[in-house]
Amino acid sequence: MKAYLSDRMGAALLMAPLLLFLGAAYAWPFFGVVNWSFTLPEPGLGQYGTLLSDPLVQSVFVRTLRIAAIVTIVSVAAAYAITVVWVRGTPAQRVIAEFCILVPFWISVLTRAFGWVALLSNRGLFNTWLQAIGFISEPLTLVRNEFGVIVGMTHFLIPFAVFPLASSMRSLDDRVLLAARGLGSSRMRTFWSVFVPMTRSGIIGSALIVFVFSLGFFVTPAILGGGRSVMVAELIYLRIFQSPDWGLGAAISVVLVLFVGALMALVFRYVRPRQLI
Amino acid sequence: MPTYRPGPVSLILAALVALFLLLPLLAVIPVSLTPTRMLAMPSGELSLRHYRALIEDPRWINSILLSIRIGVFSSAFSTVLALCFSLGVWMFQPRFTAALVGFVLLPMVVPPVVSAITLYFLLTSISGASSFFGYDTWLGVAMAHAVMTVPFATVLILVSLSQLDRRIDLAARGLGATVWERATRIIMPNIKFGIVTAALLSFVLSWEEIGVTLFITSVNAITLPRLMWMGLRDNIDPAIAALSVILIIITVLVLAARSAVVRLRRAQ
Repeated sequence: MKAYLSDRMGAALLMAPLLLFLGAAYAWPFFGVVNWSFTLPEPGLGQYGTLLSDPLVQSVFVRTLRIAAIVTIVSVAAAYAITVVWVRGTPAQRVIAEFCILVPFWISVLTRAFGWVALLSNRGLFNTWLQAIGFISEPLTLVRNEFGVIVGMTHFLIPFAVFPLASSMRSLDDRVLLAARGLGSSRMRTFWSVFVPMTRSGIIGSALIVFVFSLGFFVTPAILGGGRSVMVAELIYLRIFQSPDWGLGAAISVVLVLFVGALMALVFRYVRPRQLI
Repeated sequence: MPTYRPGPVSLILAALVALFLLLPLLAVIPVSLTPTRMLAMPSGELSLRHYRALIEDPRWINSILLSIRIGVFSSAFSTVLALCFSLGVWMFQPRFTAALVGFVLLPMVVPPVVSAITLYFLLTSISGASSFFGYDTWLGVAMAHAVMTVPFATVLILVSLSQLDRRIDLAARGLGATVWERATRIIMPNIKFGIVTAALLSFVLSWEEIGVTLFITSVNAITLPRLMWMGLRDNIDPAIAALSVILIIITVLVLAARSAVVRLRRAQ
């Protein structure tokens, strides 16, 4: 009995500091934000009414969902292509693929967004080069619009999409693929009818990660969108700092959290979290 | 044993993706060497003036030092908290472990912008009571970064604990070691690689944190990413290109060193 008590004491003493810290510095202020959404500027559900009726807010939500969907499809497809080589390539191919995945992964989001500005802006590498070879006379507008945002976000999210795909491809049994080939299936057919279906949990996992990340994305859209294609996260920032309406910013945050939570609950009903990692 | 290798179509597609991933990192190199004051491709002449600006302009130095201070502080804080918590989970396996770990992981799962507005609420509330701990102070930023990095540190330490053989701890316990001795002399030496990795990752995450930092700083606590952000939003300053080149080179060197160490270990 004494040992049992000291065990409980030990566990409590070790686990309490972090739980108290996050309780005070994360859970409590989150409820403060929820409180803002119901009380600013006046008590009531007014801000949630605005969310449902304001065409600006709605257009931002629609744009966010559209961009997130496009980015998810493109990132997962691109990640799939490079992961196949990273997991199944020859040793030399693996080293190169790993380098191309991990170097961007470890570089800050600002540097990467800046790289795209340097590449795509009016006086950037791409436009300078196209003009030099006489392909275009006026620079193309490639950033400060939705195209730039999609390119930058896809670039940021490909490495994140790679990891769940890699783990599902690693656990795949080689002999199944060799059997398909041995039975006369072509390379293409083996890939589409055997390889892809067997990595389904990895595809779902990486699509979920990319989609959830894109919904709350801030830095890349703010830099590459140039204020012209505002997404939800930037709208929250603008409502807090530029045209102060803290209640609306808080209400959008609450809706975003609920949406992401519901999405994850939905996916986890069909796929166990363990399969995703 | 024969293995199933990717065919030519796969290789071509993967090469295109690899090119896409590396292109923006390569594009900053020529921009950083431009002799003009604006963002442009150098035409003919090359110049190192933007690299010089990084050393000579006190704003860059100050924000680099500030970012290091915040990174060291928040990484130490979050690693210690994460280590204690994970030891508690592993040694005592209390009830509700799944729910408690889930709670600790929240800042990693919740959209960063929501964490940002939450921490903004926290720090502006504290600001009323204390002037050196709230909004736009380095301690406030360090605390906010600790909130954001502690889930990552916890995951890394829990993963390395899960690979540890429980019988070592049971033996120590059976021989009469106290909880403190078991934690510090049996368990921690066996997971030191995980602890160091957790501290390093926390530092790196704090060093490049921008989403939350934007919400909780204005003029005093200008970290390096915050300064880069200011230079990116208004008039694009080519000094950012020079800084980016340096950061990219450091990243490549560290990754190369890491993979060399891994290969050496395997060879032994």
